[in-house]
Amino acid sequence: MAIITMRQAISQALWEEMDRDERVIILGEEVGLWGGTYAVTKGFYDHFGPERVRDTPIAEGVIAGAANGAAMAGLRPVAEIMTINFAFLAMDQIVNHSAKIHSMFGGQIKVPLVIRTVGGGGRQLGSTHSQTPDVVFAHFPGLKVVAPGTPHDAKGLLKAAIRDENPVLFIEHATLYQTRGEVPEGEYLEPIGVSKVQRSGRDVTIVSYSKMLQVSLQAAEQLAAEGIEAEVVDLRTLRPLDMGPVLQSFRKTNRAVIVEGGWRSFGVGAEVAARIYEEAFDHVDAPIRRVAQQEVPLPYNRELEQMMLPQIEDVIRAVKEVL
Amino acid sequence: MDRQELIRLYYQMVLIRRLEERSAELYQQDKIGGFLHLYIGQEAVGVGVVSARRPQDHVITAYRDHGIAIACGLTAEEVIAELLGKETGCSKGMGGSMHLADVDKRFWGGYAIVGGHLPLATGLALAEKYRGTDTATICFFGDGSTNIGYFHEALNLSKVWDLAVLWVCENNQYGMGTAVERASAVSEIRRKAEGYGMANAQVDGMDVLAVRQATLEALERVRQGEPFFLEAMTYRFRGHSMGDPERYRTGEEVRKWQEGDPIGRFYDHLLKEKIADQAALEAEEARAEKEVEQAVRFAEASPDPSPEQVYDLVYVK
Ligand SMILES: Cc1ncc(C[n+]2csc(CCOP(=O)(O)OP(=O)(O)O)c2C)c(N)n1
Ligand SMILES: [Mg+2]
Repeated sequence: MAIITMRQAISQALWEEMDRDERVIILGEEVGLWGGTYAVTKGFYDHFGPERVRDTPIAEGVIAGAANGAAMAGLRPVAEIMTINFAFLAMDQIVNHSAKIHSMFGGQIKVPLVIRTVGGGGRQLGSTHSQTPDVVFAHFPGLKVVAPGTPHDAKGLLKAAIRDENPVLFIEHATLYQTRGEVPEGEYLEPIGVSKVQRSGRDVTIVSYSKMLQVSLQAAEQLAAEGIEAEVVDLRTLRPLDMGPVLQSFRKTNRAVIVEGGWRSFGVGAEVAARIYEEAFDHVDAPIRRVAQQEVPLPYNRELEQMMLPQIEDVIRAVKEVL
Repeated sequence: MDRQELIRLYYQMVLIRRLEERSAELYQQDKIGGFLHLYIGQEAVGVGVVSARRPQDHVITAYRDHGIAIACGLTAEEVIAELLGKETGCSKGMGGSMHLADVDKRFWGGYAIVGGHLPLATGLALAEKYRGTDTATICFFGDGSTNIGYFHEALNLSKVWDLAVLWVCENNQYGMGTAVERASAVSEIRRKAEGYGMANAQVDGMDVLAVRQATLEALERVRQGEPFFLEAMTYRFRGHSMGDPERYRTGEEVRKWQEGDPIGRFYDHLLKEKIADQAALEAEEARAEKEVEQAVRFAEASPDPSPEQVYDLVYVK
């Protein structure tokens, strides 16, 4: 096992898949000469060349659209949308094209596309550059939405996404790139659409993903010091959503807290809680709690921004409420 | 072009016309649902352009797609079956009128979000460029689509990346009820391509041979690895879709254009040049009529798709 950062893990996944399959190309703003806004594709342009690593104009609609078209015609493009906030300008391509084309034409066209993008707040970038609208995309059947919380999963899931025959939105978190973790030597894949227990415990189930997985794991550490053993389930994929490990854990602990980086209303917590109530109502010992971002556009001011985002203490407080 | 090929073009145009007229009836009988956009009046554009492609060249268009589908070689059976939502339709009843496709014939389909397929065309062309082929991508769209952001993003990208796209604007003078001059800052649409330094031409879209010739010349350049913009001046004789009150244009204007009916003009041309006599052309018309009637029977007798299919097609397994 090697210990590497999230950035390295994602970069390795891309590099290995490009090495392995000629059909994989990268396109997006500043992915080439610049080396990627978040330095994920540093060195790719020199190694793979300008035909495989394509700098695009600032035109999200045609970035996603050209990637769709190239995927239809048999390539396996990895399009980078600089941040998820700009994916709204590509929303029509993602929602009305990527997610529909296979079904709408009776199955004769495949769109094996990956859109990599970066979400999340906490970097004082103001309200338009700090959003976590993952659920917006997870709403649409036909699209897969993946959001890893560890380097291990980021690498294995991105490789799986590139090999998937369906369009996959791969959401990285802006504040996780330096997060370190163990990654196996050599080739491995992680399955899309499979949730995973990242920490075992018997007292309460914390359901989370992406950045909030890390926050939840830290909260679990602190709770353990007080003798409370939390089980942390990482969704990893929002669509298709795998409730198996969540329900299994809940049937054991009978208490759940769901932690997400986006807004609470109509969010991941709402969905997961509803499914627990539907599927495991007899096991409910306490009302399920949701921890999420405050319902405001994020402010610039450092303290205020952090105050609006879910913190370790918020998770700990919620856990104590359900116990 | 040899005699047979010319007669084949005539047949295609008549087949489209007859298929569209029959579709209108089926719509009135409530056998076709949703939106139905007829191609009547524009036959020379689709048929002329597609006749100039090589079989490997890609074709993609908007929702007004029946004529282009036929021009690409889809049969009346699979088109009408799709309009009726049947399992035997080219898109298995999943798409309907606006979403015909047949990838084996390199017809990548009709798309219903105005302008949304222009970026797809750049992607199809990008894949060909990457593979080093000289396959062209032909993208049809309406005049109304030239005012949306996608148009500009796609034209620009095709030029910066030297993509082999033939952009074909079917200027039928209106986007729904809005005349070109009321919607576009530049009413000579061809000129928009100049903003991207793109070679361009305008052609009489009611003259199938002129369209074909202009396309052959354009494709010559496209195959060298550059986009080209072709504006075909045309007109739809029917409403935008079924149930259009047509308050935005006069009957006189419609009649004026109908005098230049592309099928009538081609008919006169074939007679005048002694390529075919009246009897031969009437035989083609009868054959088209028969193909459409046979297709309607086929479609009506076809089964509906199963509910399982709807679930099965959400993702590639
Ligand atoms: C993005 C979007 N906006 C609006 C519509 C509704 N709409 C459908 S067709 C159309 C007019 C398009 O005109 P044009 O591009 O000239 O094509 P034509 O119908 O004349 O063939 C409009 C506004 C749509 N389908 N998509
Ligand atoms: Mg129009």
